[in-house]
Amino acid sequence: MYVAVKGGERAIDNAHAWLAEERRGDCSVPELSVAQIREQMKLAVNRVMAEGSLYDPDLAALAIKQARGDLIEAVFLMRAYRTTLPRLAGSVAIETGSMAVVRRISATYKDLPGGQILGPTFDYTHRLLDFALAAEGDVPAAPTAPATPGPVPHVTGFLNREGLIEDTQRCDTTPPDLTREPMELPTVRPLRLQALTRGDEGFVLGLAYSTQRGYGRTHAFVGELRIGWVGVEVEIPELGFAVEIAEIELTECETVNQFKGSKTEPPQFTRGYGLVFGQSERKAISMSLVDRALRWRELGEDNSGAPAQDEEFVLMHCDNIQATGFLEHIKLPHYVDFQSELELVRRLRSEAIVLTEAAE
Amino acid sequence: MTDQAYNFAYLDEQTKRMIRRAILKGIAVPGYQVPFASREMPMPYGWGTGGVQVTSACLVPEDRLKVIDQGADDTTNAVSIRKFFQRTAGVAVTEATAEATVIQTRHRIPETPLHEGQILVYQVPIPEPLRFLEPRETETRKMHELEEYGLMHVKLYEDIARHGTIATSYAYPVKVEGRYVMDPSPIPKFDNPKLGQNPAIQLFGAGREQRIYALPPFTEVVSLDFDDHPFEPSKAPHDCDLCGARDSYLDEVITDDRGGRMFVCSDTDFCAGRQADGHRGRLSAVEAVQ
Amino acid sequence: MTMMPRTITTDEPLLAVSGLTKRYGARIGCADVSFDLYPGEVLGIVGESGSGKSTLLSCLSGHLRPDFGRITYDARDVLAMGETERRRLGRTDWAYVHQNPRDGLRMGVSAGGNVGERLMAIGARHYGDIRDKAADWLGRVEIAADRIDDRPTAFSGGMQQRLQIARNLVTSPRLVFMDEPTGGLDVSVQARLLDLLRGLVRDLGLSVIIVTHDLAVVRLLAHRLMVMKGGRVVEQGLTDQVLDDPQHAYTQLLVSSVLQV
Repeated sequence: MYVAVKGGERAIDNAHAWLAEERRGDCSVPELSVAQIREQMKLAVNRVMAEGSLYDPDLAALAIKQARGDLIEAVFLMRAYRTTLPRLAGSVAIETGSMAVVRRISATYKDLPGGQILGPTFDYTHRLLDFALAAEGDVPAAPTAPATPGPVPHVTGFLNREGLIEDTQRCDTTPPDLTREPMELPTVRPLRLQALTRGDEGFVLGLAYSTQRGYGRTHAFVGELRIGWVGVEVEIPELGFAVEIAEIELTECETVNQFKGSKTEPPQFTRGYGLVFGQSERKAISMSLVDRALRWRELGEDNSGAPAQDEEFVLMHCDNIQATGFLEHIKLPHYVDFQSELELVRRLRSEAIVLTEAAE
Repeated sequence: MTDQAYNFAYLDEQTKRMIRRAILKGIAVPGYQVPFASREMPMPYGWGTGGVQVTSACLVPEDRLKVIDQGADDTTNAVSIRKFFQRTAGVAVTEATAEATVIQTRHRIPETPLHEGQILVYQVPIPEPLRFLEPRETETRKMHELEEYGLMHVKLYEDIARHGTIATSYAYPVKVEGRYVMDPSPIPKFDNPKLGQNPAIQLFGAGREQRIYALPPFTEVVSLDFDDHPFEPSKAPHDCDLCGARDSYLDEVITDDRGGRMFVCSDTDFCAGRQADGHRGRLSAVEAVQ
Repeated sequence: MTMMPRTITTDEPLLAVSGLTKRYGARIGCADVSFDLYPGEVLGIVGESGSGKSTLLSCLSGHLRPDFGRITYDARDVLAMGETERRRLGRTDWAYVHQNPRDGLRMGVSAGGNVGERLMAIGARHYGDIRDKAADWLGRVEIAADRIDDRPTAFSGGMQQRLQIARNLVTSPRLVFMDEPTGGLDVSVQARLLDLLRGLVRDLGLSVIIVTHDLAVVRLLAHRLMVMKGGRVVEQGLTDQVLDDPQHAYTQLLVSSVLQV
């Protein structure tokens, strides 16, 4: 006999208890600590900080642990925490030119002031499973060299000195924040960059890849990719000067793209820009390609109808927390809508059947 | 058992003020979608974040909250949201429609008529009634601005040309005070007549899409139709098998694998109330024996 | 071929244009175009591609904002209108027939729905009446009544173009803009369409601005002609006069380069 779906509350509590048990896994295996995740799953931590829009490696590591390694779920935890934090101040624009670089490469120049620094990269590793890692043990120390002092100038700066690349105007106004103001379209580049830097890595990567394959092609060169630490400064009104409040790790990518020009205007290279928390170079490069593709209007290019050129399409769909929530909500009960569709289809069918029979 | 780590009803007061401004604007311009800076909430987008933010901005400690999903108080998502507010706001909760001061709902309007002073908060997945006719937000906003709603009727025309009837059974579009075309959220069209001239305040929150809209009390709401194909609210042609109600929206429940089925009120509070008053349906006798 | 009778009922022009100029950076789209169009009059604009005729049509129909000049429609300043008013005009008094019917039709909507849209946009709310009127208009453009529920994707190019015309004329506009309405159709289909247009223009007393590179089209339809080159009007006058006795060297070249009709 029919029993109404009661006891939802108990079902939820039990499901949560089971989840906690599954999270822990086999108790004979030692539990993972948050510090272990932070130190040994650093790229996952970086991704969660970048897409969670919150720079806090410890919280990101905790979120990964809580989410059982589901990074989108971890990003969600970070976002939900972030939203409750008060907004105390906006920082001074960071100076990536004075970054303490751990990696810095340029694809456009063989050598350049500041040098090419490979840093800790997978790039030239052979992707062979290293069974030695299955056995635990100490890693031999990497060779060291003294750090080169002084700022590392930007490659685009060299080009700019000759007028070879479009100039960008320095602007010290606080950029818009899509987490505080509703997004209104069409929008401005700073807001697009914010949306891209917190956008889903896979989505942004796919879009960037599509531009390389001809859907909004921009002929990008990686002018420079740099990873390293920069100070974050905040103006303290009471003191009258800026105080460093933190040092954060960032990946910055500047692409040098196809030039424009006409008989009257000499051609110049154009720029795409990517800036992401942590060591996240795939994301930073992708971001700079998509940023460049989205700039077609201001650069007087044609809209070829490519997805990566479509601001509304990109911005409305790059957020994985919005996407995953809406996608998964179709698991929720829809009895009422389904019931009304059921009745409609039944009625339409019965009318159609009557008509067919009448015709026979 | 209020959670001390969070502000009353979870959101901070500044955010609540921002949401209240959007609500007031919505009430001032009925049916107009007001953009608001939707916050990330601790439940997923698409699971009621818009409704939760609106409820959070409306709640005061004296409120008595009811949460329903598909008309029922005890479906999992309703339970989850009700628990959220018990934990973060510590407000009283109820299942009785008449006793609630704030009702958050997904997909239904309660059968028991609402009264003045109540607030009905709808969870809205896609606030834009024109979205599936025109995917671009920039274009749909322009269409609302210029009252270009011809396309909406083209859709209804196509339905009739193809099916002989308007084939929209839920989220049936309405026109508010002769001005804005509005999506009433995915309520069955059976509920549409309750939208208009309703004494309660009706608020609609879409978190992912960052929109709030509203119907102030006693607003004129007309379901779109043609003069010769008038709007018809419809439901399953049955009575409730538990309480015998003839005029409430029914869920169809499969009872066995031989085609057996029964129909019961989707509004659990309404059905339970009628049964308590002694009303009986086709299958009530069997229930009583158990 | 004799000129079509002009059905002027008033001395006031329906559309008055003066000094209309549109530039794309340093390049001229159209420059200093002036003319009057009277009720019931058909004005042809001819020129080769790049002559500025399409830019001019876009400026006149409100799709493009000119840099300078004045457009007065029925004593109203079109460029001073708000977008609401201009778009309302666009679905009531004005109509626009695109060269490619795909640009002017909703390809996913039935023929009846396509014709009915303008009626519904201005408030028609009786399904039966809308359908009757759509059926009547399909008949007038020689589309069989039993195709009313078919989508334009199932139609030939000529039928699609006739459907686009029906969709535009159903609300009895006073001013119709046409951009190469016979372009892309083969010759026999063109002839039939021209014949149909000629009849409709005469019966309904429409004012029309038609842009084309095809002199045969204007010879058949237009009372007056404007010849454009490099964004400027080089010659204008009565159609037969311009075609039979062209004054400007460019017009002479244009006329001599085609077979006389």
